Amino acid sequence: MLETLLQLGIPAFLLALGYVAGTTAEQNHYKSIRVRELRFRRMPTTNLRRPPAHWRVESVGLVCGHTVVSVDYFKRFLARLRRLVGGRVRAYESLLDRARREAVLRMKEEAAKGGYDAVINVRLESTNIAAPLRNDRGTAGVEILAFGTALKLARAAQP
Amino acid sequence: MILSNTEEVPGRAIREFYGVVTGSTVRAKHFGKDLLASLKNFVGGELKAYTELLHEARQEAVERMVEQAKALGANAVVNVRFATSSVAQGAAELFAYGTAVRVD
Repeated sequence: MLETLLQLGIPAFLLALGYVAGTTAEQNHYKSIRVRELRFRRMPTTNLRRPPAHWRVESVGLVCGHTVVSVDYFKRFLARLRRLVGGRVRAYESLLDRARREAVLRMKEEAAKGGYDAVINVRLESTNIAAPLRNDRGTAGVEILAFGTALKLARAAQP
Repeated sequence: MILSNTEEVPGRAIREFYGVVTGSTVRAKHFGKDLLASLKNFVGGELKAYTELLHEARQEAVERMVEQAKALGANAVVNVRFATSSVAQGAAELFAYGTAVRVD
């Protein structure tokens, strides 16, 4: 009796924990992302390789931002169900979206800290750093890296 | 040392090329931190321990690349790229490379 209770209880508890904690964390994260994106909206960021011709570049530096993220137990459960029928795995989409926007924001924060005005040639990379074991145990994480060339511009030519 | 991931340093002309410079570091996960990260895995979100680990590792790879460029007499590295590969279970190589040049 106790054994069955434990066998069912632990996954059920983890599912509930994953659902509650994961959803709260996601909502808070999106709130913070939106606030910070507004704050940095004046810093031009582009994946063009060259700055526009009228910019007068004073100095140059490399800036990076990155984050390692994983999904909660509940979402992993949903994704595993989804794998049976195929189709869109929403549970992972929002996670990667958050991670990418966070990485770009961190890159912009680093650029702002260095006194730069814009970032060009932005590249986004994702790496699977900790592949889960076969039975979905172990730590699974994806690293999102954003990097680019930050520019300090002459005052007159500020965008 | 000027670093840039563009093919040239904006606003400056390249005078001399010194070739590809590389820097790499292989890091293993700290057992305790890995345990914490695997607990964090239940609730999802950012795995801060890994973020820090990779941040340090990448900085070190870049530093090594810069050292190599300095030894060649370069004052800039252009077209910097990053790569990550896992060499063994629980260990990853972080790799930075670029072209060492002299600019005005």
